[in-house]
Amino acid sequence: MTAAAVELGDLGLDEGAHLLVKRALAGVDVGGVVRVRGRAPTLAIDLDAWCRAQGHAVAPVDTTGATYVADVRRGGAVVGRWRGAERAGAVDPRALGAIVDHPPARWGLAARGATVEAGAAGLDFPLCDRRVVWADEAARLYAQAAAAQWDPATAIPWDAPAPHPPEVEDAIVQVMTYLIENETAALIVPARFLAQLHPHFREVMQLLAIQCADEARHIEVFTRRGALRRDALGLSTQGGQASLATLVREPDFALAAFLLSVLGEGTFLSLLWFLRDHAPDATTREVARLAAQDEARHVAFGLAHLARHAAEEPTLRARLASAVERRHAALAGTAGLNEEVFDALVLLAAGGWDAAALRRGHAAVVALSQDMDAGRQQRLRRLGFTTGEAEALSSLHTRNFM
Amino acid sequence: MSQDTLVLGAVAYDAKVVPIWDGFLAYFARHGLAFDYVLYSNYERQVEAQLRGDFHVGWSSPLAWLEAERAAPRRGRTARAIAMRDTDQDLTSLIVARADGPVATIRDLRGRRLGVGATDSPQATLIPLEHVAAEGLQPGVDVEVVHHDVLVGKHGDHVGGERDAVRALLAGKVDAACLLDGNHLVFAREGVVPPGALRVIARTGAYDHCNMTVLDDAPAGSIARFTELLLAMSYDDPSVRSLLDLEGLKAWRPGRTTGYELLSRAIDRTGYLEPWLARVAA
Repeated sequence: MTAAAVELGDLGLDEGAHLLVKRALAGVDVGGVVRVRGRAPTLAIDLDAWCRAQGHAVAPVDTTGATYVADVRRGGAVVGRWRGAERAGAVDPRALGAIVDHPPARWGLAARGATVEAGAAGLDFPLCDRRVVWADEAARLYAQAAAAQWDPATAIPWDAPAPHPPEVEDAIVQVMTYLIENETAALIVPARFLAQLHPHFREVMQLLAIQCADEARHIEVFTRRGALRRDALGLSTQGGQASLATLVREPDFALAAFLLSVLGEGTFLSLLWFLRDHAPDATTREVARLAAQDEARHVAFGLAHLARHAAEEPTLRARLASAVERRHAALAGTAGLNEEVFDALVLLAAGGWDAAALRRGHAAVVALSQDMDAGRQQRLRRLGFTTGEAEALSSLHTRNFM
Repeated sequence: MSQDTLVLGAVAYDAKVVPIWDGFLAYFARHGLAFDYVLYSNYERQVEAQLRGDFHVGWSSPLAWLEAERAAPRRGRTARAIAMRDTDQDLTSLIVARADGPVATIRDLRGRRLGVGATDSPQATLIPLEHVAAEGLQPGVDVEVVHHDVLVGKHGDHVGGERDAVRALLAGKVDAACLLDGNHLVFAREGVVPPGALRVIARTGAYDHCNMTVLDDAPAGSIARFTELLLAMSYDDPSVRSLLDLEGLKAWRPGRTTGYELLSRAIDRTGYLEPWLARVAA
């Protein structure tokens, strides 16, 4: 007895008719029969071959006329494929059970919310602990970042006048050289963790990716500003690189996020605002303003997931504190912020060589340093450190700023 | 390798053969059967090694099965098929021509060129040529046979020869081409054949493809266990499903030898196997 039927007309299985057969078979139980009728010249051949490959049985009913008729008995293989499959969380992160504590390696690259076939070999992503990586704010920050992307070619007034003296231009070039080096570290650190992060934490993955894209753009605009009126860039010092190397080498996600985003990029925010306010030319001011806008998001994400992590793991703060101390000890033998960068900042803020201008520039850089310290202490307090702890830890932060 | 290890011989017709048999090895190990495999670059070497006793189970192409079946008695032995894939049963081959061309029947091939696969391919050469002969045209005499020899020795397991034959047909280099029925859909999906471009001028009778071959002196206990474990492999089981997908089956079936009649007739008519049989028996 035939329970279901499908009419293929003249559509061949070599033209997509198998979709109609599949749809009809889905409507009957395993072992159930679908009567297939069609006029495509090779239907008898293709239906045999297709059913053999799919594990269905075919019994020809009418092979005499222009219309071929056969009964297809549904096999169990397709059902078998999805036995034991599991749903990998849920698409909407706010749904109950959407984000699991430890997504398994067997979910691999599957989209969160997809149904994953059992038996996959899996992919090992070492960063797979929700407590360590997740922040509810990630989706919002990612959306904000995606909306705030800017085009270096059009967002910056590259042709703005620059009437400042040549030595002030040299100072700008030195500061840009320093910024590029620091932003390179700020690109490499999230990029490394991005490749280790379980894709289940989709929003965090997207946010880290766009953070890398932000840094790539910063490197571009700082390079372009540095080379705008000079053939070569400025100086790169041993001390600066040693300081950044301790960031790049930090293997722990939480500690790296703390050192880079909360302390390093947080401190950099003050520096970029300083350049926005004190640079002599509109090009440099705009480069700094746009970069600061992006860096503020990086700091916000770092604070968000670390605050959440600290709330769930009371010992985290002690680990963060000892990371700052360790880094301080590691950098004890280096000179801190290099003289070239310090002097360049003073001259840049002064805008010229007269004594009054230099006094003003020097005072601005001293104020910058105090502003950086105050900002660090405020962020440390947001992570739950006491005023005393915040003050002590801030003072141990690298003198190289990042 | 322990004396008790059951060893299988197979032909490395593709790089995927290694993960397939590594996967089977792990499956048998999980079920307590000591198993290993050896690979050969061609079926003749595999069959000769099986006759020498180098391994116990041969994963034989249909032609390799006939080679084993015919050579074994010359050494006082008999061969039998213990298992095969569901997809090895009841295949057919097609002879196709261009839908817009003059060839509509086998008889129209007289004086024309017929593209076939590798010389030793049962599905794309030997069985379809037997069909042409049975229809009254002598291949090589009444119709020119154009071979597409991709990886001879692998008995057409490599589909390249068939694909080349069909490409030659579409390019007008031959007037008809031979292929396995299932490849009609495969080549359409690959875009090698546009829908409606070909006309099927003949379909051979049904035949069987590969089987697991053993000789009568194989260790009965472990062969029985091997067969039992093969037949127990279920597509529902995620730990073996990828192996079944790679090997192209949904379920193993008990072996049968009733599906080799067409191929047997083909090699009898041409004497195709005689030189090899003579050498092996010597």
